[in-house]
Amino acid sequence: MTKLRLLLTASAVVMALGAATSAQAARGSDGELKILYWQAVSILNPYLSGGTKDLHGSSMVIEPLARYDEKGNMVPELVDEIPTVENGGVSKDLKSITWKISKGIKWSDGTDFTAEDVAFTADYCLAPDGGCQQRAYFSDVTKVEAIDPLTVKVTFGVAKPFPYGPFVGSQSPILQKAQFKDCMGPKAPECTDANFHPHGTGPFRVTEFKPNDVISFEANPYYRVADEPHFATAVLKGGGDAASAARAVLETGEYDYAWNLQVEPEILAQMAQAGKGVIVSSFGTQVERLEVNPYDASAAAGDARSTKQAGPNPALSDPAVRKALSIAIDRDLLVEAGYGEAGRSTCNFVPAPDIYASTKNNWCLKQDIAGANKLLDDAGWVMGSDGVRTKGDARLSLIFQTSTNSVRQGSQALIKQMWQQIGVETELRNTDPSVFFGGDPASPDTFQKFYSDVEMYTNNFDGTDPEKYLAGRTCERIPSPENGWLGENISRYCDPAYDKLAAKLAGTGKLADRAEIAKEMNDMLIEAGTMIPLIHRGDVSARAANLDGVRMNSWDSQLWNVASWSRKK
Amino acid sequence: MLNYTLRRLMFAIPTLLVISFIIFALLDLAPNDPTGNLPLTIPPEVREQIRQSLGLGDPFLIRYLKWLHQFFVNEPLNILSQITGADIFESADRLRIRSWATRSPVVDLIVQRMPQTLWVVGMSYVVGILIAIPIGIISAHKQYSIFDQLGTFVSMIGFSVPTFFTGVLLIVIFSVKLHWFPSIYDTNHKVTDWSSLVFQIRQMFLPVMVLALYNTSQISRFVRASMLENLNQDYVRTARAKGVKEKTILLVHVLRNSLIPVVTVIALGVPTVFSGAIITEQIFRVNGLGQLLITSIQGGDIPVVQTLTFIFAVLIVLFNLIADVLYGVLDPRIRYD
Repeated sequence: MTKLRLLLTASAVVMALGAATSAQAARGSDGELKILYWQAVSILNPYLSGGTKDLHGSSMVIEPLARYDEKGNMVPELVDEIPTVENGGVSKDLKSITWKISKGIKWSDGTDFTAEDVAFTADYCLAPDGGCQQRAYFSDVTKVEAIDPLTVKVTFGVAKPFPYGPFVGSQSPILQKAQFKDCMGPKAPECTDANFHPHGTGPFRVTEFKPNDVISFEANPYYRVADEPHFATAVLKGGGDAASAARAVLETGEYDYAWNLQVEPEILAQMAQAGKGVIVSSFGTQVERLEVNPYDASAAAGDARSTKQAGPNPALSDPAVRKALSIAIDRDLLVEAGYGEAGRSTCNFVPAPDIYASTKNNWCLKQDIAGANKLLDDAGWVMGSDGVRTKGDARLSLIFQTSTNSVRQGSQALIKQMWQQIGVETELRNTDPSVFFGGDPASPDTFQKFYSDVEMYTNNFDGTDPEKYLAGRTCERIPSPENGWLGENISRYCDPAYDKLAAKLAGTGKLADRAEIAKEMNDMLIEAGTMIPLIHRGDVSARAANLDGVRMNSWDSQLWNVASWSRKK
Repeated sequence: MLNYTLRRLMFAIPTLLVISFIIFALLDLAPNDPTGNLPLTIPPEVREQIRQSLGLGDPFLIRYLKWLHQFFVNEPLNILSQITGADIFESADRLRIRSWATRSPVVDLIVQRMPQTLWVVGMSYVVGILIAIPIGIISAHKQYSIFDQLGTFVSMIGFSVPTFFTGVLLIVIFSVKLHWFPSIYDTNHKVTDWSSLVFQIRQMFLPVMVLALYNTSQISRFVRASMLENLNQDYVRTARAKGVKEKTILLVHVLRNSLIPVVTVIALGVPTVFSGAIITEQIFRVNGLGQLLITSIQGGDIPVVQTLTFIFAVLIVLFNLIADVLYGVLDPRIRYD
């Protein structure tokens, strides 16, 4: 029996190998794939729009040299192997990386894919005045050159222990030089046709693009895997809202896949009972957190509000208060009420990948109201007759701001109740997300300005390397009027020892050492308490019950392996 | 009449200029940002570069004048050269109004969205009118009858229950439970033969009905009120005294007079057809103008919002004028000159 199976498998392999020449039975044999994104795709050029929906849409057509699988491991796509120091692909001084492109890869128009295209892609993004949205992936790149048609070398100005920024992951795929060569810099937006119908090496090519509505694809006849994609055509429909998208897959079965279903967990579970679809989830690096303002945020501080000049926050500058606020929160309850399968409690700033995840801070996982009360008592905060603690003139009365979103407002209300139990009074505020995250320096309601005491939002890092993300908490990344409120260090954390570690991380090459430093930095942040992690958030999508091959991925586009999706027979 | 129309048209120009300025200023003052919806992993410096590349670095007045030039000169010239097929105006070098999200010309987006809106929302308007007029007539003729009471009740519901409720309710009943109609509008569908036409009708049915309910309730009330007013007039009594048949009185004498105000109400409602039904289009995923507007607002895509809102303003001014002129045409007693 096993022999027979072995024989069958072997013949299947032979057939797959021979498929390129013989009958291509499997490509396009499964009809139409219908994908639903409740945020419609606007453009298929990720360099002109970094929106997640646009990245995912374009990942069906254009590909990077390597990408991340569902476990966060890098997998080669257009190259033979991932360059490392060991195999000689990365130079000893960590200042350059050389990619060897696989032989025989073709663009969807039938022309050859070469190193010139890769080098061009870097020029395209680095061209001045182009407003390239993925520029951060090309930071410190000084030169990208095509050494021969199948070899491309990326040179950095500084040593890069993690040189996998450019051309890895759905954020920096390769564009075709022939198609985009007249679209450099300020001319980039004018190439509407190229931006809507890019030639790619991916499993599908665009047949019709209706911006902000629907994209029609057909299988790319030049795709490098002979029997893929299994679907002959695909449709990526956009618009509507998350709940109705979930319904279209789980209840009515009109669609095969629906993305990002931020719907109350019990509603989703109820829809799934119809049996037409399955909920899938995965975890990346998103952490829903509270940022705690160390500076005075009251309007009385005038222009200096929420900056060092305003002076310390009367309540939150006390470390005991910050710690009490953290342990008073029942994170499991927040998960249950608002996130379901898409969340789990965390006490870390860097929750994943596993080698970077610290376990030292797990004390925060358990709610401890008595402990929090004791901390505050010991620190001299006296419970007043109105149930609010005071110390001298200072009162534990906080303004708690977040973006408008029903799950966040639910969490806000729960946290308010939890803090009430330790004598903290909270005033809740919510701001429209396009304003809150908009970063308009003229608006007082942006999360960078932080004109409140506590803020809640989610952030993460792309890929698997947390170096940049951790570096976002150094002193120079504090948003202030001087730098036009630009900067990721929302909680205004500043510790020279941390900055030193950040510099050390940037110069360390060995993975195990990097992980140690990253954990140490993570622990420093948590210990300081200016940032209170709440929930490690995952991604939730739904697939039709008869759709095979979905490997839900939080490290890359959710459609990263759409080529191998197939219809269950 | 011609003089009057021309005079009104002249007045419309400064009005529209003021409107365009107000729209531009309001959107500029509103705290909104095109990079607001991008992932937070894009660092702030890159965001600043993106804003600069979108032209947000220029002062307000320059941006406004640029937009005016693009809207009133470049875009009409572009349409002209597209119609004539000749590139006499060097259309390649002209700056067109571009969406920040899709980077494509806004006018192209609007042209692409217009047919769906006209079909779905326009159809619901026509259906609404066709149902409303008979209901209004019968309700007025048999005032306080059961039919009238029922009509009043249904219009109250149609008028007061929001479309985001009726829309989802119809989806749950007809798509989820009964599987009669699709819940998602297939915007790629092309009508080529009989069965594809049937499919088109099926997918248009729910959104059209949701909107028609609202339109019917509104217009049937107008018809009823207007009919009632006329039914008590002296000329009706005279006609009855002369022995004219009740049917003739109702459908010839009274209806024609009653429709005069109704026609103007209908004309004034036409711009809302173009502006689409934002919520209904969003629920059923009809890729119309309403959906374009709401996604642009959510995405901070200011050029699209500006252009669309301004086009709606133009339509409203225009149809106000048409309503006034129609009034004069239908009712000989009214003279403007």
